[in-house]
Amino acid sequence: MDLKLIIFWVFSLVLIGAAIGVITTRNPVQAALFLVLAFVNSSIIWMLMEAEFLAITLVLVYVGAVMVLFLFVVMMLDVNLVPLREGFTRYLPVGGLVAAAIVLQMILLIRVKWVDASQYAQPLPKPADYSNTEALGMAMYTDYLFQFEVAAVILLVAIIAAIALTMRRRPLTKYQRPAEQVLVQKADRLRVVQVNSEDNQNPAVMSNYAAAVPAVAPGDTSVDDAIDDATEQGAKP
Amino acid sequence: MGFFEGLLFLLWTVLKIMLIIVPLLLTVAYLTYAERKVIGAIQVRKGPNRVGYFGLLQPIADVLKLLTKEVLVPTNSHRFLFLIAPILSLAPAFAAWAVIPFSDTKVLADVNAGLLYVLALTSLGVYGVIVAGWASNSKYAFLGAMRSAAQIVAYEIAMGFALVGVLMVSGSLNLGDIVRAQEGSIFHWFWLPLFPLFIVYFISGVAETNRAPFDVAEGESEIVAGFHVDYSGMAFALFFLAEYANMIMIAALAAIMFLGGWLSPIPFIPDGMGWFFAKTAFMLFFFLWFRATFPRYRYDQIMRLGWKVFIPITIVWITVEAVAILLEIEPWFAIRSAA
Repeated sequence: MDLKLIIFWVFSLVLIGAAIGVITTRNPVQAALFLVLAFVNSSIIWMLMEAEFLAITLVLVYVGAVMVLFLFVVMMLDVNLVPLREGFTRYLPVGGLVAAAIVLQMILLIRVKWVDASQYAQPLPKPADYSNTEALGMAMYTDYLFQFEVAAVILLVAIIAAIALTMRRRPLTKYQRPAEQVLVQKADRLRVVQVNSEDNQNPAVMSNYAAAVPAVAPGDTSVDDAIDDATEQGAKP
Repeated sequence: MGFFEGLLFLLWTVLKIMLIIVPLLLTVAYLTYAERKVIGAIQVRKGPNRVGYFGLLQPIADVLKLLTKEVLVPTNSHRFLFLIAPILSLAPAFAAWAVIPFSDTKVLADVNAGLLYVLALTSLGVYGVIVAGWASNSKYAFLGAMRSAAQIVAYEIAMGFALVGVLMVSGSLNLGDIVRAQEGSIFHWFWLPLFPLFIVYFISGVAETNRAPFDVAEGESEIVAGFHVDYSGMAFALFFLAEYANMIMIAALAAIMFLGGWLSPIPFIPDGMGWFFAKTAFMLFFFLWFRATFPRYRYDQIMRLGWKVFIPITIVWITVEAVAILLEIEPWFAIRSAA
């Protein structure tokens, strides 16, 4: 028996198990982690098909970035799945119908012209120095350049739309201005007061120093306002 | 390939993997020793000097101590995920070494998409941190995990863009070919034509490994020890191992992509594995130096640096490179045609 075939069976069984886990587990974090497992396994199956670029990109983009953000949100939201499942039996017939339609379409798609898999020519393995990445790049940037760029523009529009929809300018929010913070001078923040130690005995001179520092009465907000003003200018934190 | 032939190949590969993993583990052990000695010297202390000559057996003593400690599982934690999290962070750190070329011929897997593979695996390391933080069922650990997730996603983009710059001038994703494209002398290495990307890559690497000054995921002064606050014994040691293995990984990648890997800096001195190790050690020293020198970044400053400083720098430099290659300006164009 071929070792490759055993590897294929092991990983596809784990893949199906993980996919079932995604929809049956009660805990949303567990469901997200099952999805990660499913992604990794399908990437290995792609690797067996010599599609190394797609396999690695699947892990890099979906597992490494998208699912991290998913987990981030799921952990923060603390979703309770019980109310989401309330209409399970009510929607079961509709769901079953949709599932049957999908399965039927897939069978029709695979069995176009009613040919068996055995009738297709067995694909020959590519030589070791064949670069999948290069072939994909060639196809994308020459034959399908227009479609590729249209897809890129659509993605860009989606990004800008997402930012535009969620961005709100709150007038009361205070922002730091790092450029001004970096450029701050010693003179802006520090005032050196020369205190002669002998003056401690002389109340008249001491009152001068006291006057230099504004006295803060309880409930007096003027000093807080002054600090707020300074923060808005970015001069003082 | 028949079944037994395949099995034999598998065993042979496992043997080769051992040849990489065992020295790597030893390096990790002695990197902790080097770290304590270097930081000690910077702070005018002696560092470990009691166990063995010059404290040389200190890492062994530490390992024995951690091995004999009990692994505690907190109540109401998710037991399975809690125990699997350290393995999740360690496995990618080791697996990425498969494609690292130690010399012209010595590489475990000489794959075409080596650079992509490394990027994919380094992006998986964050799961260990997130899962640990969540499964611990502790507020501090959870905060650490959240911080780490946001930080790693931010810096991965800058790091990826820096690597795009490397593959533009080398014209290959194969790490061996990237080194071969840098043939010549120290001035032919990519650090010179890609200097901004080199700096961005290395600083992002420090951030990706959660090392000082970007170690907010641990943040002892704010969130106790972050994601691994509830871990003890060997489970904690695995996180520690993963962090140091990742550090060596980032240093080795910097050596391969920007400092010419196994190539010697002066043309008439022969190339060899020694140069690769020397360059890796040189980059590793910066990790230790940073830790002894810089105070910890504030969280919002880390985010600002990643999104608003590094990503624009890399995009600008990639554009500069693209224009230079299009106009056939040296050294960017010359390096590409040499590959």
